[in-house]
Amino acid sequence: MDALEVRNLHVAYDRKAVLEQVDMTIPKESLTAIVGPNGAGKSTLIKAVLGMLKRSSGEISILGKPYNPKNRIVGYVPQRGSVDWDFPTNALDVILMGRYGHIGWFKRPSKQDIAMAKEALQKLGMEEYADRQIRQLSGGQQQRVFLARALVQDAEVYFMDEPFVGVDAKTEKAIIDLLRELKQKGKTVIVVHHDLQTVPEYFDHTLLLNRTVIANGPTEEVFTKELLQKTYGGTLAFFTAPGEQRSG
Amino acid sequence: MTYEGWILLTACLVGISCGMVGCFLIVRRMTMLADAISHSILLGIVLAFLIANSLNGIYMLIGATVIGFVTTFAIQSLHNAGVQEDASIGIVFTTFFAIGVILISLFARDVHLDVEHALMGEIAFIPWNTQNILGFEIPKATAMLLCITIFALLIILLFYKELKLTSFDAALALTLGLPVTLIHYLLMGLVSITAVGSFDAVGAILVVSMLVVPGSCAYLLTDRLSMMLLYSCLFGISSAIIGYYGALLFDVSIAGSMSTASGILFLLTWIFSPRYSLLRRFLITAS
Repeated sequence: MDALEVRNLHVAYDRKAVLEQVDMTIPKESLTAIVGPNGAGKSTLIKAVLGMLKRSSGEISILGKPYNPKNRIVGYVPQRGSVDWDFPTNALDVILMGRYGHIGWFKRPSKQDIAMAKEALQKLGMEEYADRQIRQLSGGQQQRVFLARALVQDAEVYFMDEPFVGVDAKTEKAIIDLLRELKQKGKTVIVVHHDLQTVPEYFDHTLLLNRTVIANGPTEEVFTKELLQKTYGGTLAFFTAPGEQRSG
Repeated sequence: MTYEGWILLTACLVGISCGMVGCFLIVRRMTMLADAISHSILLGIVLAFLIANSLNGIYMLIGATVIGFVTTFAIQSLHNAGVQEDASIGIVFTTFFAIGVILISLFARDVHLDVEHALMGEIAFIPWNTQNILGFEIPKATAMLLCITIFALLIILLFYKELKLTSFDAALALTLGLPVTLIHYLLMGLVSITAVGSFDAVGAILVVSMLVVPGSCAYLLTDRLSMMLLYSCLFGISSAIIGYYGALLFDVSIAGSMSTASGILFLLTWIFSPRYSLLRRFLITAS
């Protein structure tokens, strides 16, 4: 059974096609990178899969069932810029929001929910920032709060939109450790990723996307110079494929 | 209760109900929608009057709520069709308000419903229009406002975490399976009934100030949404009380005086608030 199966997905903004004929599957328990140039539709793909954008057509299955948010098997980490960091809330509170789906209507977070949120905060090395208003956190700390929030959602398949953008080295390490741990626990993590250099090191599965699927498979098979060139066109001047690096 | 007591109670209820609901508009960056709804509901009130031929509060509430939804929906539709959001707000509410004004001047000339009243309210008349409820003579507008305030408080308490999450991160709310659109319209419904409840007292224009200003003061003082709601109510109450006595002192419109009071409170908060204040910024720059 695949973690994610997308069939015949088309998405358009103002009648202009953004994604065309996307067909792909992503295996369970993988760390998958979605890679492609700016405007390739990477974020759009995630948002369309999760129903945040209208699809012109397409069927989405997650863990073998048609996607339904009520099943709560999906965790989502949006781009950092997508929320209002001036919102009157603190780090712990934002992490608790990840529990809201489990808590149910008319109820308040239980002690157990709060304990989970604190544990997640600790795991990401943020315990001393629990009461900090979120604007007062650095970019990397904000990203770690988002990750901690995804963690307490206790999902099976995680979608993360550029979690590594604008973070410090310490946060990058914290994130990748966490992703590996999730994988070990049998979760699937699908990440929109920008930094080509780290793809082979971080991810075992790669989807090359440029408005449609260029290639999709194990990173060592897909992450080749030819396929990357095909994905990026002429814009890939400064990149050397991993094979060349090793031989050189 | 004395005449003065009723007016103060009514004004405080306006402050509390608008203060609470306004907070969510502020954190959602949707205060202009408050402006739109508070004006559009004039049309709802007039239509309700023309259809039911009565100035009974219930009909007004229904009319205003329906028009509130229609306004929200029309703005969203125009925006989806490619019109800028602020432009869609401007187009929709001025049109609805204008239709309301025309209908008043056409059909409702002879009743207690005139444009000036709709714009400015007249809280000074409220204590004279009473109704016997459980043996007590209670001004109709105050009774309705009390019900609305309790209702708004209940809704906010019951759906607090859903309102909060959809305000902060609608995308996450969606993946958690929360009905984001429904909660949006629930809030818009709350804005509509709060606005119509306050309509008699402070009128359409000043409702906006009561929806926006107390919450904005509170926003400067706290980093917690729950505290912001509480402070906002307190600011609403203070504006009402200071405004009332200010109006007595200077012999001016009570509603106008209330809004001015809230404006002055905001100015003071902005200058002196410990976190985001002008004064602090000035001191930091100077040091």
